Amino acid sequence: MQELINIFVKSIFVENMIFAYFLGMCSYLAVSKKVSTGVGLGAAVIFVLGITVPVNYLLENYVLKEGALSWLGPQFAEVDLSFLSFIMFIAVIASMVQLVEMIVEKFAPALYSALGIFLPLIAVNCSILGGSLFMQERNYNSIGEATVFGLGSGVGWFLAIVAIAAIREKIRYSNIPAPLRGLGITFIVTGLMGIAFMAFMGIKL
Amino acid sequence: MAEVKEAVEVKKEREPLFSKKNRKLITDPLDDSNPITVQVLGICSALAITVKLYPALVMSISVLFVLGAGNVIISLMRNYIPNRIRIIVQLVVVASLVILVDQVLKAYVYDVSKELSVFVGLIITNCIIMGRFEAFALGNGPWKSFLDGVGNAFGYAWILLAVAFFRELLGSGQLFGVQVIPESWYLSNGGFYSDNGLMLLPPMALITVGIIIWVQRSRNKELIEDN
Repeated sequence: MQELINIFVKSIFVENMIFAYFLGMCSYLAVSKKVSTGVGLGAAVIFVLGITVPVNYLLENYVLKEGALSWLGPQFAEVDLSFLSFIMFIAVIASMVQLVEMIVEKFAPALYSALGIFLPLIAVNCSILGGSLFMQERNYNSIGEATVFGLGSGVGWFLAIVAIAAIREKIRYSNIPAPLRGLGITFIVTGLMGIAFMAFMGIKL
Repeated sequence: MAEVKEAVEVKKEREPLFSKKNRKLITDPLDDSNPITVQVLGICSALAITVKLYPALVMSISVLFVLGAGNVIISLMRNYIPNRIRIIVQLVVVASLVILVDQVLKAYVYDVSKELSVFVGLIITNCIIMGRFEAFALGNGPWKSFLDGVGNAFGYAWILLAVAFFRELLGSGQLFGVQVIPESWYLSNGGFYSDNGLMLLPPMALITVGIIIWVQRSRNKELIEDN
């Protein structure tokens, strides 16, 4: 249990998707002009990461890894399909996003109209594929750990985009040098926030 | 009459390989529509691997290959891809190309491939690639798409290399792993200089790009945003 909480806190603060790895920056910069849209996209990211990371964990451990196919029979024990992982992960993500979109549309129309336009964007959000690739690289021990890692990374991304959206709403009224307006100042503010987040790096979990 | 018309049409289609319009496809992304600083695409990988010049160079070459080849492939298939599933088709094309790149890197430059870790895989979701497929390759012929791909990859590469240049020079006093700042300058050797360790940390990549945008936009006033 403690292990799970550690992974959760670590993936939110210490290994934050945006401030430590710059994953999902494209949509982070493009959709952070207003807090409300930021919240929508952030929620969709938590949702999709929480689903795709455990699914890809199962795929990795029961299909792709060396020896993962041994449940089919002893003659498969030496099959190593890990070179296929990119294409499998991205296929899972793209189809999961499609599936989630359809399910949400059918059963939770209110949520759909809130998340609607953001869901398709997410298939090409680097943080989603990044989550699966980090899961593969770090060799989590159980599906529980993988799920918690996915959710935690999503929450970290959510926090980052809501924070920058709030700052950008405020900064609109400031007198910024003209060439720095818009994109430039957003980069620099994100950098400063990253420095603040580095304070968490010293925490040993 | 019909024959004459046809002949004229054929003539029109055969514009020189490097006509003015085609050259613009390469030069535009270097400045006016730079993928990173203007279109805001492909930031993720641009920032994470710019601590040193060498990985940044390897990454640029990988993107150059994937974007050039991918643009040509998509452009050749553009009339056969059903509109509704085009995203999946594009992802499959990119993913196959990236697997190629990944295997080659693992085979020939294993150290760099370890250093780039997940970021080679993340070329798949690099927005530049999907963005160019959507915006250009789906509507233009192979040669133009190739030029567009190469141009955008160069636009991406020079920002990457510029950021990596400053970070490696100021952060560790080296370029391509070769010591550039004279050893005798360092404090430990009785000099006055010391490396700025902050440059090696992730946030400084963002601030460096911010400053590059600042410089670019004060030179090129048309790019300035309203607020």
